[in-house]
Parts: sequence; C-alpha cells; structure tokens
Amino acid sequence: MEQKIFTVTENLPLTAAVYRMRLRGDTTDVQCPGRFVNLRIDGLYLRRPLSVCDAEGDCLTLIYKTVGEGTERMSRMAPGTRLDLLTGLGNGYTTEKSGPTPCLVGGGVGVPPLYLLCRRLRAEGKRPTVVLGFGRADEVFYAQEFRALGAEVVVTTADGSCGIRGFVTAALEGRTFSYIYACGPEPMLRAVYEQTACGGQYSFEERMGCGFGACMGCTCRTKYGNKRICRDGPVLEKEEIVW
Amino acid sequence: MVDTSVTLSGWRIDNPVIPASGTFGFGYEFAELYDINCLGSLAIKGTTAEPRFGNPTPRIADCPSGMLNAVGLQNPGVREVRERELPRLAAYFRKKVVANVSGFSVGEYEKTVEALSGEEQIGLFEINISCPNVHGGGMAFGTDPAAAAAVTEAVRRVTDKLVYIKLSPNVTDITEIARACEAAGADGLSLINTLLGMRIDLRTRRPVLANRTGGLSGPAVYPIALRMVYDVYAAVKIPIIGMGGVSSARDVIEMMLAGATAVEVGAANLVDPYVCRDIVEALPTEMERYGIRKLSEIIGGAH
Ligand SMILES: Cc1cc2nc3c(=O)[nH]c(=O)nc-3n(C[C@H](O)[C@H](O)[C@H](O)COP(=O)(O)OP(=O)(O)OC[C@H]3O[C@@H](n4cnc5c(N)ncnc54)[C@H](O)[C@@H]3O)c2cc1C
Ligand SMILES: Cc1cc2nc3c(=O)[nH]c(=O)nc-3n(C[C@H](O)[C@H](O)[C@H](O)COP(=O)(O)O)c2cc1C
Ligand code: FES
Repeated sequence: MEQKIFTVTENLPLTAAVYRMRLRGDTTDVQCPGRFVNLRIDGLYLRRPLSVCDAEGDCLTLIYKTVGEGTERMSRMAPGTRLDLLTGLGNGYTTEKSGPTPCLVGGGVGVPPLYLLCRRLRAEGKRPTVVLGFGRADEVFYAQEFRALGAEVVVTTADGSCGIRGFVTAALEGRTFSYIYACGPEPMLRAVYEQTACGGQYSFEERMGCGFGACMGCTCRTKYGNKRICRDGPVLEKEEIVW
Repeated sequence: MVDTSVTLSGWRIDNPVIPASGTFGFGYEFAELYDINCLGSLAIKGTTAEPRFGNPTPRIADCPSGMLNAVGLQNPGVREVRERELPRLAAYFRKKVVANVSGFSVGEYEKTVEALSGEEQIGLFEINISCPNVHGGGMAFGTDPAAAAAVTEAVRRVTDKLVYIKLSPNVTDITEIARACEAAGADGLSLINTLLGMRIDLRTRRPVLANRTGGLSGPAVYPIALRMVYDVYAAVKIPIIGMGGVSSARDVIEMMLAGATAVEVGAANLVDPYVCRDIVEALPTEMERYGIRKLSEIIGGAH
C-alpha cells in the first residue's frame, strides 16, 4: 500500500449514473487487475473504495456509479482536482490458472476491474469471453471497449432491451469455459458459482473502514478461516468461498 | 530540545502517542508504511479468552466527521495472541504494548489477563469494560459502578502488571465509574470508548449496520472525550490515557491539558495511515509554538 496524490484529467458520464474518471499519477502498484484504491473525498470522513479499471503509463482509470454522497461528489470534480489515494490495495486476480478460454462475468459496477484483467489475458494470448450484465439498454457501458481488446462480448439486460434477456447466467447456459472470473453483486456471484463447473476467482465487496487490513470491518468467513475482504481479498478462489 | 516523554504509573514512554485498540491491528499493516518504533506504544486489538468472529457485516458506516463501527471484538483469542501475534509483533516493535482485554464475565477477564500476565512485551493491561457492540457483557460492566469495581478487583488480583480500566462514555456520570475503579485498585483509566450510535439507509429503510447500532468515534466525539477526561481528572488521582477523535499534535496537547498523561489515536489511523507518525513528528514544533519544554508538565494544566 502507498498513499499518493493523483490529478483528475477526465471525468465524464458513460451512462446516466455511471462515470469514468481518469487520473494522472504514479500507477506502479495498481497494475495488478482486481486491486482497488481508496479515495479521500473532501467533506466525508471515511475513504471510498473503487476498483482499478485500467492502469497504463501514468494514467489510472476508475469507473463509478453515483449511489450516494461520495460518488455524487466525485461526479462534480473538475479536471485538475487533486485526490489523495491509497493505492495497491487488495490481492487482485491472477492469470496463471485461466486456461485458454476463460469467461469474465461482470454485473453493473462489477464490470470495471474486468477490463484490465481482459487486457492482461489478451496480452497472454488467451481468448476470453466477456459477459456483461446490466438492467436496461441505457445502463450498458464498456461493451465496445472490451470488443476492442479482441474479446468475445455478450451483453445481457434484465428487461431484454439489449443483448440477451435475463441475468448473466442466461449467457452462460450450455457453454463451457476453462475458468471463471467474476465481479458483481453477491447474488450474481452466487448464481455464477452454482451454474459453472470450472474453477474461478470471484471478487467480493464489503463496507470498509480502512481498506488495508487494520480495522476488521470487512471480515468474511471462508473455508480457510476468516478473511478480510480488503486485504486477503477482494478476490477469493472458488473452492474457499462460503455463502 | 523539548522533552516529549511521559510516565504512566512508572512506565516511561518516549512520547504520549499510542494507536488505539482495534484501529491498528497488531501493527503489521503500518509497519509496512513507516517504522512504528517512533510511537510511544501501541494498543493491540481487544483480546478475549476464546477466538471471536465478531458481528455480521456491514460493520462500518460513515458519519459526519466520524464513523460507526460494530466489529464486535473479532480477535483470534488469547492463546493465538500470546503464541503468534505478540511474537510476530516483537519482530517489528521493540517497545512494550498496551494489551487491551475484553470479556463477557469476570472470570473471562481474569482468565485472559492471567494468560498474558507473564509476557515481557506488555507494558500495561487496558481492561475494556465498555465495548458497545457486543450483546451480554462488554458495556454492561462499564455502566454500573459495582460491576466495574468487581472486574477491576478481579483483574488486580491476578496480575502484577499495571491495570488500566477503559471506560464507557455511554453513562450518566462517568466520574462515578472512574472513582469506583480507582477505589477497586486500578492503576489508571483509559477513556473514552465509542459512543453508541446508528445510521439508516434511505434506500432500504433499514439500519446500515447489521448489528443495527455501533460505536461512534472520530473528530465528532472529540469535544465530548475532552470534557470527560477533564471531569475524570478532577475526580481521581490515578493517570488517564485520553482518547476520542484525536487527529493532530494540537489535539494531543489539548487532551493533555484536560488531564491525560498519554493519548490514544483511533479512527484517524483508518483514514490517514500515517497520522500517528505525523503527530509524533509534529509534537516538538507544536510544543515550541505553545511554549512547552517538557510535555509531562502540562498534564491537567487547564484545571
Ligand atoms: C473493493 C471494492 C471495489 C469497488 N469498486 C467499485 C467500482 O469500481 N465502481 C463502483 O461504482 N463502485 C465500486 N465499489 C462500491 C463503492 O465503494 C461504493 O458504491 C461507494 O463507496 C459508495 O459511496 P457513496 O458515498 O457514494 O455512497 P454511500 O452514501 O456510502 O452509500 C450509498 C449506497 O451505496 C451502498 N454502498 C456503500 N458502500 C458500499 C460498498 N462498499 N459496497 C457496496 N455497496 C455500498 C450502500 O448500501 C448505500 O445504499 C467497490 C467497493 C469495494 C469494497
Ligand atoms: C474499528 C474500531 C475497532 C475498535 N475496537 C476496539 C477494541 O477491540 N477494544 C477497545 O477497547 N476499543 C476498541 N475501539 C475503540 C477505540 O479504541 C477508541 O476508544 C475509540 O474509537 C475512540 O477513539 P477515536 O475517536 O480516536 O477512534 C475500536 C474503535 C474502532 C473505530
Ligand atoms: S476495511 Fe479495515 S480491515 Fe478491511
């Protein structure tokens, strides 16, 4: 973990409620996909955790949904705003076990961390399928960006207004993959876990106090004992998950 | 050169800055960031006789100028603390620690303190009779003078080490509990633990915390903590470790003027992991600014 100052270079809406923020700063310890940063926001006491969506050169990309005070304040930040970030948090995904044809499954704001992961997998010559689940057509983001990486992209929407109607699991039916990488709301993670036979890595969320392992605010049970989502996670191996 | 050292019932520490129990783990996360030997001491996570998972999540909620926690004393149990955590910590931290102990019965407090009493690494026991986040026990001991005295006496009997009792602010008159602990043989007092609070999620219309209520800490509680330290200082003769919202060197000085001999820093570590180091570094400059040569001379200076 390190504490670093980043400068906002871009902050634009992707949909009505989802924004992409680009920041300039030292990205050396955010290069691992699935890791997160913890942002200090003026006027709020606790930091807010956000997954690294992409990190290249001195550019860090975050994608966030406005759900409350903190993310709403973020959406009003102009380029040039300086932000205090704790970086290099969490364990992140690993690509060793992916096999040749992994499937990346993201729901809503679980999509962002899969982007850097997908880029890594493509760089390693793997052929990932990316399943992106949203509520409605106007909530869909990043399908094009994943396609541009050379991945097969399947979009699902709950109301059928874009792609396959239903949840992400509808896109998994009848298909086999070498590995699963998932990030999204817990019911989605569980449905994917139950529907797929192969191994995988699942990224979890919990309300955080510190984000770096000091407060025991984010503990969950696993088959290998208690783990702190922020430090021992957020990515858990399929075989250790306890629902 | 200014002198930042203070003495807690005969235990001299280089400076009064001590990370508070539950906000510093067992020190490792911070040892990765800076040399934690700059601290006066550090308080370990509240330890109980048996391992505890703690409360269900969410355990944390943000608040104006502070936070709620309902961790519920998650800890690996006294055996693991003695055999694994303390030896691991010794590799990073040369100084003695504050061993924070919790319990659900007088017997459990005794058992845990006894199990740790032989450890050279422990400078003093901080007996938490004030945790608001566990049901049955915890805070109950801290809200009744007779129960507080009973825990104090019991622990006093089983250890030769210093015994400080950590008081709850969730009472009508904290000085009454403080006096009861002093009369029962406490070497000193720690205050305050967190104030019972809650938040409700507007979307779900349910409390944010799974435990429904949690303990408020951070800058929001600072004036309350300061007032309680001030009142308790006037009521007892034993030393006080003051805490609640401390986030800067000036807060430390103010807390000492109210009557604290040393100061713990809690929630601030979670949002600014370097805060304790920064306070230690800023103390000499702030002391000079306010004409203080020897920090220990200002204790209770506001009375
Ligand atoms: C490791 C990790 C990575 C994350 N990555 C992203 C990301 O890439 N993009 C993104 O948009 N969000 C992400 N989140 C969720 C994000 O942290 C929360 O949405 C944010 O903290 C809300 O802050 P707020 O002040 O806007 O809302 P608040 O006012 O704090 O809360 C508003 C609502 O958001 C919900 N909420 C608050 N905090 C969390 C949380 N930690 N997890 C789940 N729900 C929460 C509450 O239930 C509440 O209804 C991540 C969370 C974690 C733990
Ligand atoms: C996440 C968290 C966990 C805590 N755990 C303990 C504990 O195990 N034992 C204890 O005596 N106090 C515990 N406390 C209380 C603190 O030690 C301290 O008394 C209180 O937070 C007030 O200080 P602050 O405002 O600086 O945080 C905890 C506080 C927080 C925020
Ligand atoms: S959020 Fe503090 S330990 Fe995970």
